[in-house]
Amino acid sequence: MGIQVNHLVKSFGATRVVNDVTFTVNPGELVALLGPSGGGKSTILRIIAGLESSDQGEVWLDNERVDHLHTRDRRIGFVFQHYALFRHMTVADNIAFGLDVRGVPKEKQRKRVGDLLDLMGLSGLDGRLPAQLSGGQRQRVALARALAPEPRLLLLDEPFGAVDAKVREELRRWLRNLHDEFHTTSIFVTHDQEEAFAVSDRVLILNKGRVEQDAAPLDVLDHPATEFVARFVGEVNVLDAVDKDGAVFAGPLSVPVTATGAGKLHVVVRAYDLKFWHAEDGQGIATARRVVPLGDRVRVDAEIDGGVPIFAQFPRRSSLLRGVEPGARLGIEVTHARAWPAP
Amino acid sequence: MTEAASTSAPAELPRAARWLDRAGPLALRGAFAAYLLLWIALPLAALVAKGLGQGPAAAWEAISDKTALDALRLSITTGLVAAIVNGVVGTAIAWMLVRWEFPGRTAVAWLVDLPLAIPTLVAGILLVALYGPQTWLGGTLEGFGIEIVFAQPGIIMALLFVTLPFVVRTVEPILVELDPAEEEASNTLGATRFQTFTRVLLPPILPAMAAGAVQTFARCVAEFGSVAVVSGNIPRHTLTAPVWIQGEVEAGNPDGAAAVSLVLLALALVLHPLSGVLIRTAGGRRG
Repeated sequence: MGIQVNHLVKSFGATRVVNDVTFTVNPGELVALLGPSGGGKSTILRIIAGLESSDQGEVWLDNERVDHLHTRDRRIGFVFQHYALFRHMTVADNIAFGLDVRGVPKEKQRKRVGDLLDLMGLSGLDGRLPAQLSGGQRQRVALARALAPEPRLLLLDEPFGAVDAKVREELRRWLRNLHDEFHTTSIFVTHDQEEAFAVSDRVLILNKGRVEQDAAPLDVLDHPATEFVARFVGEVNVLDAVDKDGAVFAGPLSVPVTATGAGKLHVVVRAYDLKFWHAEDGQGIATARRVVPLGDRVRVDAEIDGGVPIFAQFPRRSSLLRGVEPGARLGIEVTHARAWPAP
Repeated sequence: MTEAASTSAPAELPRAARWLDRAGPLALRGAFAAYLLLWIALPLAALVAKGLGQGPAAAWEAISDKTALDALRLSITTGLVAAIVNGVVGTAIAWMLVRWEFPGRTAVAWLVDLPLAIPTLVAGILLVALYGPQTWLGGTLEGFGIEIVFAQPGIIMALLFVTLPFVVRTVEPILVELDPAEEEASNTLGATRFQTFTRVLLPPILPAMAAGAVQTFARCVAEFGSVAVVSGNIPRHTLTAPVWIQGEVEAGNPDGAAAVSLVLLALALVLHPLSGVLIRTAGGRRG
């Protein structure tokens, strides 16, 4: 069971929020739509579910075109950002709702609800009202409710956006395990790259209504397709550089990218693709400004001669950090970088 | 020494202020209590004393008078009809005001509140001006055998007009708090429009609807001005309890008037807390 989206277009007033979006999700896959807010991710999800209509384009589900179908006939599970639990119903009634409205016998409903409660770690909470649950518990009830009628496709809209960081971490791992067990074809929307990489098989990066890249998490990291993706994913430095006869320099800093032929470049360097070291005797091309401990890593902010800021991260006990303190002169080596012609 | 001198001189004025600080709230509370006592509690007690002044038997006799009983019955039945109709219509209007974007929404909101501002006598005259037998519309309807003014439909219309805002204003805040995503969730789970309405939408707003309907009913049973103008006040046919009481006072039967007033008072004493409980239920389901 898979889903195909073809040339989807949607405008709100004069703003085109979805601009010719095409992608496929294979049966059993878990795909993340990742991008900054306002990138059109949620709108795409809502169009697939039939909660929003598209201006153009097609949505196919298991080789059936579903654009003309009402939401209730699409058999798509949807998990809303703010849970949208039925506030006047108990946890059990919430989960059973999708079965009850379809006339599933009570006995079968009870069994399915019991199984889901166990699976979600919600045993014993069946009689509670949503207001009596924690954020993480509510989100799991919402997920159980969406899964109960065995949907063809599961859509999750910023599913962990409204819970605190620690619970989010836990829910992520747990969603991934759940998916590995059930293999329900799933799409989830997030603006948190760590979340997208931690949970999904494949990531679609969206910006201004367009798909910037559609690839596995590692490929997105190692082979960003566009400057936007390179800037958006990970912590990066973006430097203005010039290509002088095949050698690329950002001020005094040499950058190892192959000649592009273009004159002016934007060079994107990840915080971990850099080496700083303490330069003796007035050597070096930069000055350290701040050294910030981040738990197991250390972030060093520096300024290249000429005033361009640059930063890098190192393991806490890295030998490279010897002598690196505010005011120290630094040598810099860029081990890996990507360049795009500057507009 | 110097310290005391420096504080005592400017303390002259603040001493008065301090006294006021302490006495002020006390006086205010006293005045407040006296006000409530004079205007609400004492008159209530006086009415009870007056109604039962000739003994419970006499009071019962006044109430079970045929015209009085019919007047009470009419007030209650027309009030029930108005409460049910406005319960449904008022909820629909509240829904429209909360969920629909349309030009003139503020004008509609203003119209809904208007009956609160119009003297109820004037409301009655408005209806007579439109539906009275001498008017084009009233005359035409009468030609079809439909009587409105000086008949029971006129009473109900007057009540509907006067009490329109009650349900709208109790249901509206609850609707504002309802998350449209709950309806969307219901749709994705396969519910029909009807199932979404009866299972997802209605239960959370039902207590507020009921509270509004109870307030409407309480007001209907008490309504005098508009009904007096519209109904024609035909004993045992279009004479409501408040209008009957007014007639008895004028006819020099204050004891009978007080006895029936006691019945209306008792109703109010039951309905008022009931609507309070319902409103708390409606609000308590939030979150």
